[in-house]
Amino acid sequence: MPTKQGLYCQPGDFHIDPLRQVPRAVITHGHSDHARPGHEHVLATAATLALMRTRMGAERAGARQQALAYHEPLAIGDVRVTLVPAGHVLGAAQVVLDYRGSRAVVSGDYKRQPDPTAAPFEPVRCDLFVTEATFGLPVFRHPPAEDEIKRLLDSITLFPERTHVIGAYALGKCQRVIAMLRQGGYDAPIYLHGAHMPVCDAYRALGVALGELRPATVAAKADLRGAVVLAPPAAMADRWARRLEDPVLCMASGWMRIRQRAKAGGVELPLIISDHADWDDLLRTIRETQAPEIWVTHGAEEALIHEAGKMQIRARALSLIGYEDEE
Amino acid sequence: MKAFAELLERLLYAPARNTKIALLLAYFTGRPDPERGYALAAIAGALDFPGAKPAVLKALAQARTDPFLFELSYDFIGDLAETIALIWPGTGTPHPPDLPSVIRALHNAPRDKIPGLISFWLDECDPSTRIALIKLITGGLRVGASLRLAQLALAEMGGVEVQAVEEVWHGLEPPYEDLFSWLEGKGAKPDTQERPVFRPVMLAHPLEAPELSRLDWAAHRAEWKWDGVRVQLVATPYGKRLYTRTADDISSAFPEILEAMNFHAVLDGELLVIRDGAVAPFSDLQQRLGRKIVSAAFQAKFPVGVRLYDILFDGVEDLRARPFDARRARLEAWFAREQPKRMDLSPLISFNGPEDLASLREGAREAAIEGLMLKLGDSPYLAGRPKGAWWKWKRAPLSLDAVLMYAQRGHGKRSSYYSDYTFGVWNEKGELVPVGKAYSGYSDEELIFIDRWIRNHTTQRFGPVREVEKCLVFEVGFDAAQLSTRHKSGVALRFPRILRLRTDKPAAEADRLETVRGFIV
Repeated sequence: MPTKQGLYCQPGDFHIDPLRQVPRAVITHGHSDHARPGHEHVLATAATLALMRTRMGAERAGARQQALAYHEPLAIGDVRVTLVPAGHVLGAAQVVLDYRGSRAVVSGDYKRQPDPTAAPFEPVRCDLFVTEATFGLPVFRHPPAEDEIKRLLDSITLFPERTHVIGAYALGKCQRVIAMLRQGGYDAPIYLHGAHMPVCDAYRALGVALGELRPATVAAKADLRGAVVLAPPAAMADRWARRLEDPVLCMASGWMRIRQRAKAGGVELPLIISDHADWDDLLRTIRETQAPEIWVTHGAEEALIHEAGKMQIRARALSLIGYEDEE
Repeated sequence: MKAFAELLERLLYAPARNTKIALLLAYFTGRPDPERGYALAAIAGALDFPGAKPAVLKALAQARTDPFLFELSYDFIGDLAETIALIWPGTGTPHPPDLPSVIRALHNAPRDKIPGLISFWLDECDPSTRIALIKLITGGLRVGASLRLAQLALAEMGGVEVQAVEEVWHGLEPPYEDLFSWLEGKGAKPDTQERPVFRPVMLAHPLEAPELSRLDWAAHRAEWKWDGVRVQLVATPYGKRLYTRTADDISSAFPEILEAMNFHAVLDGELLVIRDGAVAPFSDLQQRLGRKIVSAAFQAKFPVGVRLYDILFDGVEDLRARPFDARRARLEAWFAREQPKRMDLSPLISFNGPEDLASLREGAREAAIEGLMLKLGDSPYLAGRPKGAWWKWKRAPLSLDAVLMYAQRGHGKRSSYYSDYTFGVWNEKGELVPVGKAYSGYSDEELIFIDRWIRNHTTQRFGPVREVEKCLVFEVGFDAAQLSTRHKSGVALRFPRILRLRTDKPAAEADRLETVRGFIV
């Protein structure tokens, strides 16, 4: 049930992605709005725990940390908890809750597009599906990410002298873009803003190949001519990116679908690459779970609830405040 | 269509003005007639397709999608064209229609066939081309490329001064084959001398502290800055036109002015509602603006006139290169000779020094006066906003502390942010009553802060409007207060804008309605 702390599972006495400190938390993935510091007991996939430790330090990532592999059921009180890949970022899991013959699935954040750095989403049949709706409007139809990477590679060929600076979320998006560039045949060193390096190192320690990475902060300006640099979205707007010579500012985000949004951010090459399900994939996923009831945690819930109604599905907005629309 | 769509997309994202000009130049040089001419017309806003208004497109999209989802999406994106392009089913065909054939079809098709055509084209195009198509059809490309930039690109193309392009521009028609032929050295310069065309107007810079101390006061002439609509009156043997300063032809809305234009001249002045010699507040003029057809009764209720302050042409004689003082003398002589009805001269204000003017400026609390204009006596009439020739010296804004009540998402650049704010003050009964709406004045950081604040303090939603907790105080600046029947409070503010956020101030200490009433003159 939804509470002020976030989603609470009463028969198991634990919260899922709680927004405030709680005694027992199950964490779907390592993004800071879902994985908050200072819980007593934390249950998550080994990769999510590792990423939480990287981002917030071992102590703050939970006094007691328990890793649970995908598809391995664990009894907590009267509830059986199973983690299933969500496809969002490395380690991201849906939380499957079985209690007295009925099943609820809390999907966290998820996507259906292929991602070389994350295990693909698996739909689970259930009685209650708890979904996000970050891109819950029919105007959000993400093009294939490979096409966007191809546009980026074309631009690199077109402007071989200019530095392509790509704004990308430090956990997940950054590594996905790097891995896709590698798949697309780009094998030059890729330069990283200081905030990205530890997360990339953690990914590599977890077995994700990213090719040669170099820190952009200490690299000489001359080395960055014609190079690809990744930075957190926030660094794009400030002097950090402007310091570079005549950079092509790129942004990898599902929000780049909206022109004025891209424009307002001063982006020259918007890349529509998202780690969230688009409208069609949200609907497809809801259909595949065959759930007669859905709860929508955050995002543009109104449209999704309307559409669910047309599909004869009961739907409810939880309007949890604290999960962000950033990506 | 694809090349045009590509141009628009690149223009939209190109950050630098020079990049935009280069993109336009490459397009004009690389594309054939008549396509480039139609593209130019679209950028200049010179195309109008009566059967293809936004409402038609909206209806088409709503017929092909769920109307509720459409409304939510439109509210989110804030741009009709983009919403339709993205929500429209399918992803197009490899060969979308070309620009000239779209334009010809729109011009020639009977009105009832147009929706069907648009529907067909939208099916044929990919989302990006759809946006270009819709923007083209409805006018208003909003791609950050103005007519001015296009003219700069054209000037570069022809190796001529941009003034030369501006000069001929208003006598030309799409697809501008004569213009391109001249610029490419294949034809003669188009002749527009005697036609009633718009001449680019001269604009003023705001007079601020650094210039204030450096200004050579004796070299400047002073006039009142009237709170009306800047107009250009053009009358030649070929026709008469009344233009706004952005070259919109508003002749049909003000027939009595046109009737009074029995002369051969181009004049610069301010359109005002004048009753018995006194200028009425801007809100009266607003009643007349935007009405295409005006009845005699309405004309009598809101009588308009023009207060003249400059003369650009006397007959065929171009006076623009003459200094201001010489033009002023010509204007006065012309006025004495012609005695036109519904017109008078904006008087020159004599003064001895800056102190004189400063007190005049502050004393001017009359509703129709915004402040002072200072014009350099020996400056020619130059197009655009030349540095150091004309200054506008507005009186200091009035201000009050008001409480945010409702918010709505903005459009264009601010789409998806809550950027339109309705604010109110306390009435005698201790209720908050709205007194105005502000869309500007805040910084980008403040916008993000307010947007987030609104999302976290929403109490109710009415469609796109959010009602918020009544606890955020703004310092609102405005030029004047007027009586209004539109707001529950009975007052309205002229040109309100957010001066700053007063997060330090409790809502209960915001201003009261009687304070606002006190500002009405």
